[in-house]
Amino acid sequence: MTRFLFLPLLLLLLASCRHDDIIYIPEDVPTGEPVLTSVRGFYMLNEGNMGTNKCTLDYYDFQTANYTRNIYAAANPNVPKELGDVGNDLKIYGSKLYAVINCSNKIEVMDARDARRVGQVDIPNCRSIVFHGGYAYVTSYAGPVEIRPDYSQLGYVAKIDTATLQIVDRCIVGYQPDGIALSGEDLYVANSGGYRVPNYENTLSRIPLSTFREAEKIPLTINLDNVVADSHGQVWVSARGDYYGVTPSLVCYDSRKRRVTATFSLPVSAMWLHEGTLFTIGKGEGANSFIAIDTATRTILNDNFIADGTGDEIKVPYALAVHPITGDIYVSDARTYLNPGYLHCYTSGGSRMWSVRTGDIPAHIAFRE
Amino acid sequence: MKRILSLLMVCLCCLPILAQQVDSLPEVEVTALRTDAGVIAPQELSGARLQGLAAHSVADALRYFSGVQIKDYGGVGGIKTVDLRSMGSQHTGVFYDGLQLGNAQNGQIDLGRYSLDNIESIRLYAGQKSSLLQPARDYASGASIYIRSLEPRFAEGSRVAGSAVVRTGSFGLINPSLRVDYRLTDSISLTASAEYTYANGRYKFRYRKMFSDGTLAWDTTATRRNGQIHALRAELGAYGHLRRGKWQAKAYFYDSSRGIPGAIVNNVWKNSQRQWDRNFFLQGSLELRPTGRYRFVASAKYAHDYMRYLNPDTTLLYIDNTFRQQEIYLTTTHLLSILPGWEASLAVDWQYNTLSSNMAAFLYPRRHTLQGALATSVSFGGFRGQASLLLTEAFDNFLTSPMAPEQGRSTRHVDRLSPAIFLSWRPSAPDGLEVHGFAKNIYRLPTFNDLYYTDIGNASLKPENLSQYDLGASWQLLPSTTCVTALQLTVDGYYNHVKDKIIAVPRGTGQYRWMMTNIGKVHIWGLEAAAEASLAPLSELNLHLRATYTLQDARDYSDPADNADAAGTYRGQIAYIPRHSFSINGDADWRAFSLNYSFIYVGERWDNSSNIPENYVQPWYTHDLSLTYRLPLRRHRASATLEINNLLNQQYEVIRNYPMPGRNFRLILRFDL
Repeated sequence: MTRFLFLPLLLLLLASCRHDDIIYIPEDVPTGEPVLTSVRGFYMLNEGNMGTNKCTLDYYDFQTANYTRNIYAAANPNVPKELGDVGNDLKIYGSKLYAVINCSNKIEVMDARDARRVGQVDIPNCRSIVFHGGYAYVTSYAGPVEIRPDYSQLGYVAKIDTATLQIVDRCIVGYQPDGIALSGEDLYVANSGGYRVPNYENTLSRIPLSTFREAEKIPLTINLDNVVADSHGQVWVSARGDYYGVTPSLVCYDSRKRRVTATFSLPVSAMWLHEGTLFTIGKGEGANSFIAIDTATRTILNDNFIADGTGDEIKVPYALAVHPITGDIYVSDARTYLNPGYLHCYTSGGSRMWSVRTGDIPAHIAFRE
Repeated sequence: MKRILSLLMVCLCCLPILAQQVDSLPEVEVTALRTDAGVIAPQELSGARLQGLAAHSVADALRYFSGVQIKDYGGVGGIKTVDLRSMGSQHTGVFYDGLQLGNAQNGQIDLGRYSLDNIESIRLYAGQKSSLLQPARDYASGASIYIRSLEPRFAEGSRVAGSAVVRTGSFGLINPSLRVDYRLTDSISLTASAEYTYANGRYKFRYRKMFSDGTLAWDTTATRRNGQIHALRAELGAYGHLRRGKWQAKAYFYDSSRGIPGAIVNNVWKNSQRQWDRNFFLQGSLELRPTGRYRFVASAKYAHDYMRYLNPDTTLLYIDNTFRQQEIYLTTTHLLSILPGWEASLAVDWQYNTLSSNMAAFLYPRRHTLQGALATSVSFGGFRGQASLLLTEAFDNFLTSPMAPEQGRSTRHVDRLSPAIFLSWRPSAPDGLEVHGFAKNIYRLPTFNDLYYTDIGNASLKPENLSQYDLGASWQLLPSTTCVTALQLTVDGYYNHVKDKIIAVPRGTGQYRWMMTNIGKVHIWGLEAAAEASLAPLSELNLHLRATYTLQDARDYSDPADNADAAGTYRGQIAYIPRHSFSINGDADWRAFSLNYSFIYVGERWDNSSNIPENYVQPWYTHDLSLTYRLPLRRHRASATLEINNLLNQQYEVIRNYPMPGRNFRLILRFDL
């Protein structure tokens, strides 16, 4: 009889016990062929789904053609709970790599050579980052609270001295500011109003660098998202629509003429400007869209820049980048948001060269010179 | 379908008249498990065994059942939901004193809220309770948990009984409860009980990572905050016996305010979200046996649930949402004994649910659910069987356009048939052996959140479909040796198949846009074993041992294209289901002392069906110990219990980023009138 009772004890021996949690070991995946230019590689920031703390950093080295997954923990083994929760933007400025970690309420500042941590800037609910003249400008949802008839909260742009990593000024903008770009001497901020469903925001804030105060709110369309400034003084703004009657769109605002000069009815989840061409990717209710626009003429150059037809294999087109020298195109697939995504590399002519698995929700790419 | 419906309605009205007067059959004992509990006996914990467990809530006690996984977010106030046999927690129905606890909003019952204070027994059935005298809703879940509250019991010649309990210990716990039973007449007794729980919910937790050579990378200890809870539970019950039946009525009230501790992520070590809940229900049932051949039960219930969620953190989205649910439920069941050993029953239920909220763009859904169940059971020789057929008709209506309420309401209708068959056979030899099995197909209606939640809901969802197959055996021995007084072994193998599983998928442009879809598919193979033994090795020393083991192979077949490498989800073990888990529990009673030891092991898991190291979650196992001393009083009973839980202070997580408490203590003082 007692034999039966010892069975579970035996199972205990067979079943695995706990072991120490080991810091993540980066995985090297040989991917593609070396591309030798002045661009040494790129970082990929994987957002990770909210609450999972799975925001991770990958690196692709053009010299060795190695894709290395999850490098942050190995580069910074003493940081508790690693990079954080939900990465929202990634840029290199000078010798430093800046990762905007939305739900960890911080900008992680790293050495651009090896992703070693330099410091952090605490900004609650931070979203996007842009640089100019030794300063970083970061949008945040978490501005002052207003108790009018309804509870509401404006967002702001924080100005950070990149030498000291201190916040030196703040500029209040509209509700839930997302994308930010610099055109001439003005910052343009897309106010989404995403927390105010169904009363979305519809304005673009203009902030002259000289005063760092909002000079005007330019009404465009509801639920604005990303902003890209081109060399013609135009500001390209994507809008998500409201998922009911208002469809997503892409608006071209001419900052010199101070009016909207073109509107495209397009779903845009990411944009990238490359030599006067604006590449856009998006997921419509039906098919994916991969559209290139000539910014000089504001016309569609190519209505499917993934020419080999593999674009339909992508479940959720999410990140977009174009190699500054070769013109190779990088598009990521966020798939289910919960599982690892994929990064696909295409020639400038739109045929797929390679694919590699990434972290969860591959979202933001920064090239390293 | 309409015809079947009207037929059911006619039956509902006429059956009492159709019943014939015949000689009465022998009375069925309520305590006789095999007849009352169905063809296949449930797993059960009751009485002193239940109270002896180091368990605060019903969820804690269910960890000692095989096949059960608890999703536990940690602490006294943390949410605890139950998943049986990897079907998904919404396939498990929870019944309190015979009637189901509903949550039309999200289909989840937080069993962490039901304390063991006032509980007589907990029974767990895979498939369904295969008895006949039960509502149609009892056929409508993939698994069922029956929680029975204590019925009044009186000492000989006494009209009043009662008990007072105080529990205190770690997490700042203060938990007094009081219960009074009163015998109004010989056939009617009343009971009232109340319980208050306060805990500050604070506990230390530690995260640590090492280099692969075993040296320390980082090590951090912090205090879990925002886990405080205030909760009040009050219940009134009335129980009556009639010449040919019995009745009971119950009022239940629960009011709580709690912090939601939230996920621990980089740079965020505390959260400030709060939740308030107020649940009220009133229920009554009447069981009569007008003739020997015919029995019926009629029950009614009204429930009102209020929930407020507040996120006051202005760095995040400020949210202050309230939700109100109402449920009206009427059911009647008619059981006819056709021949000795052959019975048939018909159950008809009507249920009405509403949900309202102050959320923007809310659709204000309402649902009428009509359910009818036809069942029959036969028993001859050692053979017993039950077959049932459940018809579900659900009629929803909701605002056509949340922006323009003047456009009126849209409707949605689903109907489904669910068959089930349960068999058991006791061969003449060896004595005490029983072989049993069942097959069942059941649907889970999409919840109001699945269908109508602002933005993510999808009104075109189909019900989730679950098929279950089970084959098992149990062997009950009453050994002749004086040392081992009872021994029981149970083994079950099963296969479950979930299709049209409701899961959220991304949609539309950018950011996190989700929509509920029917694309999930899961195949589950499992093995469960339980052994229970009672021993009396020495005079005055009684031992009771119980062990369970569960093996689950639950794989995600949703996306055949996602099979690239180890990271592919196709055929990956689904989230938070361990391959192996087991529990061991032992009681020793000696004179005025009782010692209870329990051990729970939950094996390695992944938090996602992509089974890669990043998604790996470590196994956990805890040792709990409790010692009770019964005071030698002459007229009353009193006892003191000291519990030490998680004796070895293991730092573990059940859900990623939700650290569980380390070693903790509880002192329980009990006095029975």
